[in-house]
Amino acid sequence: MNSAENNFDCTAKIDASCRVPLLALFGGAALWLVLGLALALVASLTFHAPEMFAGHSFLTYGRVSAAANDLLVYGFAIPAALGVILWIFARLSQAELVLPLVPVAAANLWHLGVFVGLATVLGGGSSGFAWLEFPRASAMLLGVAFVLIAISAVATFGQRRERELYPSHWFLLAALLWFPWIYSTANLLLVTAHPVRGVAQAVINWWFANNLIFVWLALVGVGVAFYFLPKISGRPLKSRFYALFAFWTLILFGTWAGIPQGAPVPAWLPALSSVASLLLIVSLIAVAVTTVKTVRGADVVCRGGPFCHIRFGMAAFILSGLMLVAGACPQYTRVLELTWFGQAQAQLQILGFFAIVICGAIYEILPRVMGFELPFKKFVRGQHWCFMAGTVLLAGSLGVGGVLQGLKHFSPDAALPVLRISTLGWMFFLLGSLLFAANIFVMTIKWKLALVRLVIAYVKSPLEISEVKP
Amino acid sequence: MKNGFAVFFAVCVALGGSWTGFVLAPALQLGTAKQTTILNSSDNWPLQRTGEATLGLQVYRANGCAACHTEQVRQDGVAFEVVLTGAGKINPVAVSNLVSTLKLSGLTKDEADAATVKITAIGGKVETHLAATGADIARGWGVRRSVAADFLYDVPVQLGGVRVGPDLSNIGVRAPDANWQLVHLYAPRAIAKNSAMPPFKFLFQVRKIGASPSPDALNLPQEFAPADGYEVVPKPAAKELAAYLLSLRADAPLYEAPFTPITAKP
Repeated sequence: MNSAENNFDCTAKIDASCRVPLLALFGGAALWLVLGLALALVASLTFHAPEMFAGHSFLTYGRVSAAANDLLVYGFAIPAALGVILWIFARLSQAELVLPLVPVAAANLWHLGVFVGLATVLGGGSSGFAWLEFPRASAMLLGVAFVLIAISAVATFGQRRERELYPSHWFLLAALLWFPWIYSTANLLLVTAHPVRGVAQAVINWWFANNLIFVWLALVGVGVAFYFLPKISGRPLKSRFYALFAFWTLILFGTWAGIPQGAPVPAWLPALSSVASLLLIVSLIAVAVTTVKTVRGADVVCRGGPFCHIRFGMAAFILSGLMLVAGACPQYTRVLELTWFGQAQAQLQILGFFAIVICGAIYEILPRVMGFELPFKKFVRGQHWCFMAGTVLLAGSLGVGGVLQGLKHFSPDAALPVLRISTLGWMFFLLGSLLFAANIFVMTIKWKLALVRLVIAYVKSPLEISEVKP
Repeated sequence: MKNGFAVFFAVCVALGGSWTGFVLAPALQLGTAKQTTILNSSDNWPLQRTGEATLGLQVYRANGCAACHTEQVRQDGVAFEVVLTGAGKINPVAVSNLVSTLKLSGLTKDEADAATVKITAIGGKVETHLAATGADIARGWGVRRSVAADFLYDVPVQLGGVRVGPDLSNIGVRAPDANWQLVHLYAPRAIAKNSAMPPFKFLFQVRKIGASPSPDALNLPQEFAPADGYEVVPKPAAKELAAYLLSLRADAPLYEAPFTPITAKP
C-alpha cells in the first residue's frame, strides 16, 4: 500500500469517526430550522390578518416571533456550527474524533433543551429578555451540552500533528470559548428570580445579544469560510496576515457593539459602543480582502454548490456588518433606531450569512462523512436560489421598511406594506429549508436502513464453521 | 499564533474587556441605584408599582408585548418657552400685540431672557418654562426622555427594540381609562381602524349573561360585540395587564431629565 492510499484510508477513517455525532447534530438542526422558519411565517402572517390567531395564546405574535428567533439560533445555528467545527477540527488535526460518543449524547441533550425552551416560550414562560427567552432548565441543558461538545472538539484539536494553527483554528476555538462565557454570564445575571437591578438588565442583554448574534456567528461563519474557500478553490488562503488582523479586530471591536444610542442608560455606554462599532469597519475590510483575494480567479464551476453558498454568505456578512456600523453612526441612529432596520440586520446575519455558509459547509461535509453522495443533488442548487431570494426579500424589505419608519417617524402605516413583502421572504426560506432537510433526512434514513440490513444479515448469516474441526 | 493558548489569551483580552465594561461596570453603577426625588420636590421617584400592576408586567412579558412596543422615549435636547401669565393693567392691548409678534417657544436661554425683558417692560407677566424637544416628544409619546431611574423596580425591564406599535412609556397618562385599555386589548380595531395589533381574545371570556350583566363586562361597539345575551368579561390576566399599562408613566421632572411640568390652572 503506497502512501497516497494510506492517506486516503486514513481520511476515510477520520470522516467515519464523525458520522454519528454529525448526524445527531445536523438532523436536529434541520428539523429546528424548518420549524423555526414555519413559526416565523406564522408570526409574519399577523401583519396580513391580525385577528387570525386571536383565540390561541400560544400563537400570539409576541410568543411566536420569540420562539422562531430562538429556534433559528439555538435550534439550528449553534448545533449545525458545532457539527461543522467537530469535523473541521478532526480534519485539520488529521486525527479521528476523540470521545465520539460524548457529542452524540450532548447533541440529544441540546435538542431536548431546545424542545423544553420552545414549549416554555409558547406556553408563556419566556424570560422576557431578547435571545434569552429560554427558561433556566433549558439553559442548563444547553450549557452542559455545549461544554461536552467543546471538550470533544478541543481534545481532537489537541491530537493535531501539525502544531502550527491554521487561521480557521483561531476563529473556531475562540467561538468555543466565547459561547460558554457569554451564555453563563447572561443566564446567571438575568434569567433568575433576582436579576440585576433596573436597566443594568437591558445593558447586559444587549451585550449578550450582540456577542451571540454578531460576534459568535461571525467567528464561526468566517472560520468555516476560511477553511472551505481555499479547500474548494484549491488555492491557499490569502493571506494569513490579513486573517489574523481580521480575527483580532473582530473580537476586539465587535464585542463592544450593540448598545443603542438613544437608550435610557448613562451616556458613556452608548458612546463607547458607537466608537467600537465604527472601528469594526477595519475588520470588515480585512475579511472582505481575504475573501476576495482567495476566491478571485479561482477555477471553480460552482453552479449553486457549496462554493456559491459560502461566497454569497460572505458578501451578506460584509453587508450585515456595514448595516451594524451604519446603525451605530450618530448621524443615522435617530432615523434607524427602534425600527425594523435592526431586525433586517439580525436576519441578514443569521440567515443570509450564517445559515447559507453553514449549509454550504454541510453539503460539502455530509457526502464524505456518510460515504455516499447526496440523494437529491439538485436540491443544493434549489436551496441556494431559495435562500438568496429569501435574503433579498426579507432583509431588503425589513431594511427599507425600517428606513421608511424612521423617516416618517413611526407613522402606523409606514412599514406595513413592506412587512407584507417580508412574508414572501420567509416563504422562500421555508422552501429552501425543506430542500435542505430532505437531503439530511433521506441520508439519515438510508444510513439507518443500511445499519438494519447489516444487523439482519449478521443475524441470518450461518455460524462460522471454521471452528468445527474435522 | 502558534498554539491554543494564544487564542485563549486573545479571547480573555477581548471578551474580558467588554465583560468588564458592559457587565461588571453597569452592574456596579446601575445595579446599586436607589430611589431618587423628583426635581424641586420632596416626592420619591419611581414608586413601586401596585400589586396588580406588578402581576401585569408578567402578563406583558409572557405574551412578548415588547416584540412590538418600546418603553423608551428619546429626546434631542431642551428648549425654553416664554408663557404669558397676565397682560398686566398698564397696557394689556400693547402686551397682547407684542406677544403675537414674538416667537415664544423653542428658544435658547438668551432668546427667552430677551423676550421676557421686552414683555415685562410694558407690564406683562411671564414665566419661563423648560421643555424637552425631539421627535418622540413632538409625537406626544412623553414629556421628557426615559432615564435609567424609571425602570428601577421592573423585573424584567421591558425596554423593547422595535416600534411596530406606539411607544408605551406614558400610556398610563395618554389613555388613563381602564375600560379603554381593556376594549383595546380585546379588539384593537374597535379603537384604531387599521391596527395591526393582534386581538388578545384569550385574555377574555365570552359568556352568557346571568341574572344581571357583570359590572366588568366590556362596553364594545356593535361591530365587535358578542351575540345578544352574551357579554365579554376580562379574565384576571387582562385586568392585571390593564393595571400595568395604566401604571406606565414617566412624567416627573428629574435631575437628569429636567422640564417644567405644566400644572392645570384652577
